[in-house]
Amino acid sequence: MARTGTLWLIWLLATFAGAAVFVGGMIYGGSSRASLVIGRTTDGHHQIELACSACHTSPFAGREAIQKACVGCHGKDLAEAKDTHPAKKFTDPRNADRLQKLAATQCVTCHTEHRPRITLAMGLTLPGDYCSLCHQDIGKERASHKDLAFSTCTQAGCHNYHDNRALYEDFLEKHVADLDLLAKPVVKLRAAPPERASDAKPIDSLSSADAPPAHSGDPRLQNDWLASAHARGGVNCSGCHAPADRTANPSGTGWIAKPGHAVCATCHQQEVATFTQGRHGMRLAAGLFSSTGSLFGAKDAQPLTPMRPALARLPMKADAHATDLTCTTCHTAHRFETRRAEVEACLGCHDDGHSRAYLGSPHHKLAVAEQAGHGPKGSGVTCAACHMPRDTHEDPESGEDRLLVVHNQNANLRPTEKMIRSVCLDCHGLGFVIDALADKPLIARNFTGLPSVRVESIDWVKRRLAEREAQSNAPAGKK
Amino acid sequence: MRFARQVRLPVLAIAAVASAGMTAWAKGIDYKDVADMLHAVMDSDRTVYTRKVVNRLTIKEKVIKASEHHEDEKALPLPAQMFRFGAEMVAEKTDKFKYSLLSLWPINKQNGPRTEVEKKGLEFVLNNPGKNFYGEETLGGIKYFTAVYADVAVAQACISCHNQHKDSPRRDFKMKDVLGGVVIRLPMKE
Repeated sequence: MARTGTLWLIWLLATFAGAAVFVGGMIYGGSSRASLVIGRTTDGHHQIELACSACHTSPFAGREAIQKACVGCHGKDLAEAKDTHPAKKFTDPRNADRLQKLAATQCVTCHTEHRPRITLAMGLTLPGDYCSLCHQDIGKERASHKDLAFSTCTQAGCHNYHDNRALYEDFLEKHVADLDLLAKPVVKLRAAPPERASDAKPIDSLSSADAPPAHSGDPRLQNDWLASAHARGGVNCSGCHAPADRTANPSGTGWIAKPGHAVCATCHQQEVATFTQGRHGMRLAAGLFSSTGSLFGAKDAQPLTPMRPALARLPMKADAHATDLTCTTCHTAHRFETRRAEVEACLGCHDDGHSRAYLGSPHHKLAVAEQAGHGPKGSGVTCAACHMPRDTHEDPESGEDRLLVVHNQNANLRPTEKMIRSVCLDCHGLGFVIDALADKPLIARNFTGLPSVRVESIDWVKRRLAEREAQSNAPAGKK
Repeated sequence: MRFARQVRLPVLAIAAVASAGMTAWAKGIDYKDVADMLHAVMDSDRTVYTRKVVNRLTIKEKVIKASEHHEDEKALPLPAQMFRFGAEMVAEKTDKFKYSLLSLWPINKQNGPRTEVEKKGLEFVLNNPGKNFYGEETLGGIKYFTAVYADVAVAQACISCHNQHKDSPRRDFKMKDVLGGVVIRLPMKE
């Protein structure tokens, strides 16, 4: 009997100890947290999976808190995408029966995390024919849609659940006559340099550099800086290395040897903000911690480290695995020239088929020709031209539109049709683009060749347009 | 006991006030009146936008177009869109009432009647000019007071759009015709 009691006691203590390790690991984090993630996270979230509180904002928060977290990160993007199925459309009581079938007011209804076995492209965790729940009569309304499988709605290049900016019928109608290649195929050009934020005059001599002697750096760095847009804009050494008062202290105190993205953000606010929204920089977003502060402040919360190619799920070059991704990884410190960040920086890490196929592709040849002066400005197509395009965005402070390079390279990447309006239509016709983006082998070849897929949506629109024109031209009485 | 006596009076006073409050609440404004008041605001704003903005600028003065793709086309939002944008914004702010713009001939099929009360209401306001429809229905386990008001063509812009839109199932509307109905729902206290 005494032995049984002892065994029970040992079992209880072991259970409590195990539970304590588990709960402690989840809450306080550290190295044990990675092994406690319940189910592989989606490709969109895996980089921040150790910052549990990014989504699970409090230990016992329910679905509402999760929803708030989803909207906190993705809400602005969805609004900009003119989301065709926003939650607010489903809160009308007339949709109560639909909500019982599909709780469309909650992101997790369709995008449940930690469910790798049922996760499809776009992080979808529902069967792909979910459109049928509300649009089952579409075959009766549109003869062209009769007998189409509902699993094809979002898979055939015709519709998306959220972003249909380039796919809606009237937009297709407007572009039915587009040529495959437009008459003047050029991407959006760089905006005029912004007016200088300060009265600083351009710096044209190394003698004006204000770094204290102990930090003046080697001549190569100094010359890189002198030739940069920073020097032309009057940004001295102290502008980045002593950002507190932008004046170098001769003693060198307050000097930051390697300024991080937060320093860049003091001038390049939107660029850094968008950088920390994408896969390159999301681990640097504010408020993401891999462990929680504890022991009454004795142990600080640990922010996530910068992204490294080794952490990526896409193939990356082995010699780049340990590289921390910050602003200077692509832009290089001191030179800050953007050309390197257009191709060279990308291919320094990315080693997947699409990336490898870029060199020698038609887009690459155009970029080489433009750089050699053989093509008009904007005719070259670099990695950045498509994945970090210049586009007009509303400045959150002034409300005015501003041409901006969004540094979130995911912003127009998934679903691929998001790229149509921000990039592809600068050079190509809509029908050609829709076909090209539906052709996965063509994407893998980095668009070397022509689309072998035909998405019929634009043909159906043409047919409907012709029918309407025939009807309006018919003699009265036959309409 | 002494403590209990000290507490009893305030408790009774609070109960009396609460009871009076409950009575006042129970005698609150009728659901019908609330719906009518909400509709008066909606209908007036809608008419003003349709006549003084859209109709004036697009048809009379011809200085700008109105389009359902108003951002792409740099145009004015259609009156129906303006109304729905407001309804969606209200839906984000409160669940004390909901409203929508429906039709027996919807350009977007999702805006056709979905519940029996909606269908009855839209048919009633079509066949009974000048009258509104009031009913009750339970949706998603919640009982609603549902009011339906005729949405009438108040400007040339209304009928030209409805008669010309490629997805419009009816194309013979005339001025003052009933195009559809405004449906207002108020959750009822049990």
